[in-house]
Amino acid sequence: MTSNLIENTLTVRDLKLWYGNFEALHGINLDIQKGKVTAFIGPSGCGKSTFLRCINRMNDRIAGCRVEGELLLNGQDIYAPSVDVVQLRSYIGMVFQKPNPFPKSIYENVAYAPRIHGMVKDGPEMDELVETALKRAGIWEEVKDKLQQPGTALSGGQQQRLCIARTIAVKPKVILMDEPCSALDPIATAKIEELMDELKDEYTIVIVTHNMQQAARVSDYTAYFYLGDLIEFNDTHTIFTAPANQKTEDYITGRFG
Amino acid sequence: MTEHTFKRFEDELNTLKEKVLSMGGMVEKAVKRSMNSLIKQDVVRAHKVIERDHAINALEMEIDDMTRTLLALRQPAASDLRFIMTTIKVVTDLERMGDLAESIANHMLKTQEAPLTQVASLQTLSDLVLAQTALALDAFARADLDAAMTCIQSDKKIDELYRTMQREYLTYMMEDPRQITAGLIATNIGRNLERIGDHAVNVAKMVIYMVKGKDIRHTDPQTAAALISGTAQK
Repeated sequence: MTSNLIENTLTVRDLKLWYGNFEALHGINLDIQKGKVTAFIGPSGCGKSTFLRCINRMNDRIAGCRVEGELLLNGQDIYAPSVDVVQLRSYIGMVFQKPNPFPKSIYENVAYAPRIHGMVKDGPEMDELVETALKRAGIWEEVKDKLQQPGTALSGGQQQRLCIARTIAVKPKVILMDEPCSALDPIATAKIEELMDELKDEYTIVIVTHNMQQAARVSDYTAYFYLGDLIEFNDTHTIFTAPANQKTEDYITGRFG
Repeated sequence: MTEHTFKRFEDELNTLKEKVLSMGGMVEKAVKRSMNSLIKQDVVRAHKVIERDHAINALEMEIDDMTRTLLALRQPAASDLRFIMTTIKVVTDLERMGDLAESIANHMLKTQEAPLTQVASLQTLSDLVLAQTALALDAFARADLDAAMTCIQSDKKIDELYRTMQREYLTYMMEDPRQITAGLIATNIGRNLERIGDHAVNVAKMVIYMVKGKDIRHTDPQTAAALISGTAQK
């Protein structure tokens, strides 16, 4: 796992997290490989979403939340005082459970972030960026004739792909996905899963999912969390055919609890 | 192991296992019966073996239908997946073992014109093969690695005995050409027994996969031992 040939985008060392006096993560050690999909699975309250939110410092805003340990993005500690959180979140994008497009046009949903980050000026350059992002997110053909219509008027699955287009418009290194398909029907889910497979060539993807079959379908690596501990982390094939840990085995086979 | 949260899935897996074991029991009985029909020259018993092979085939199809349903509806993973994979493979071996027992019964019926007089070494061979089959089925029933390993190792002795038996019957045939028909039939029965043993070994190897998640088929004994103890990575 630590071979020189493998490039790790994220390196996590002994990461602990407290909500007030409650220790929610007990020292997580994990390497997330570049250009791969890594899935976090585990029962509710196991710490997988908490951990995902550590990666782009979303927990900073929660009162009483404290983080210890190292979380390195390409070798740089993202919790270092010098880190600009806004900049960080353009490197590490996030897609949420419920599609949450801005109450603006489809075009503006994608153009908004590149504009405030000063990436490109409005005009043909921005048009091209919006088109590329919508194409990458596999939604261009469906929206190209109605770019000025509100993003919220799209179907749930389309809204989620619009949110993915919005995320990749700022050219992140990592895309975090927190249950991205749990509000979608099977066809919209399949489109997002297909998209993840295409996007992983360019981006490192980390997904939290309650749907174990989804983890099995889309991920290259799977991490099983339970009660704030990382129980087992291995390639997805091994986790789903012959996991090493009995706790993983029980969860995967539905013998949990 | 902890029980499934979904009780019905647990019940279905248990039913599947019981069906495989009862198929195994039918196969053991068929092999025993076919050899007894030969030793005791009992034509009725031989016919029974041939008739009852349909029941073994029917059970194979029933089990296949169950595994198909479980795969489609339950999407099993980890140990459940390995158990179902093992079942799919094991029933094919059991069905072939049943066919080989049926073939022994058919050979026996042919010996009516030229009765076999020398059956001692065939009997010894069948005792060994039956013990090996019982080990394979025990290993499957109890997910028992030791039984599986003993079953695999016992194959060497069976192969040796089979070769000795071939030479023995060849000697009879050379001594007395009138023995050729009976000798050829005996050699064929011996080969059937040896093949039944090979299928038992396949079952035992699948049990090792079921328990350890390591596929030791088509590996030499050293690699297999390393895989089982976890010192080698496949």
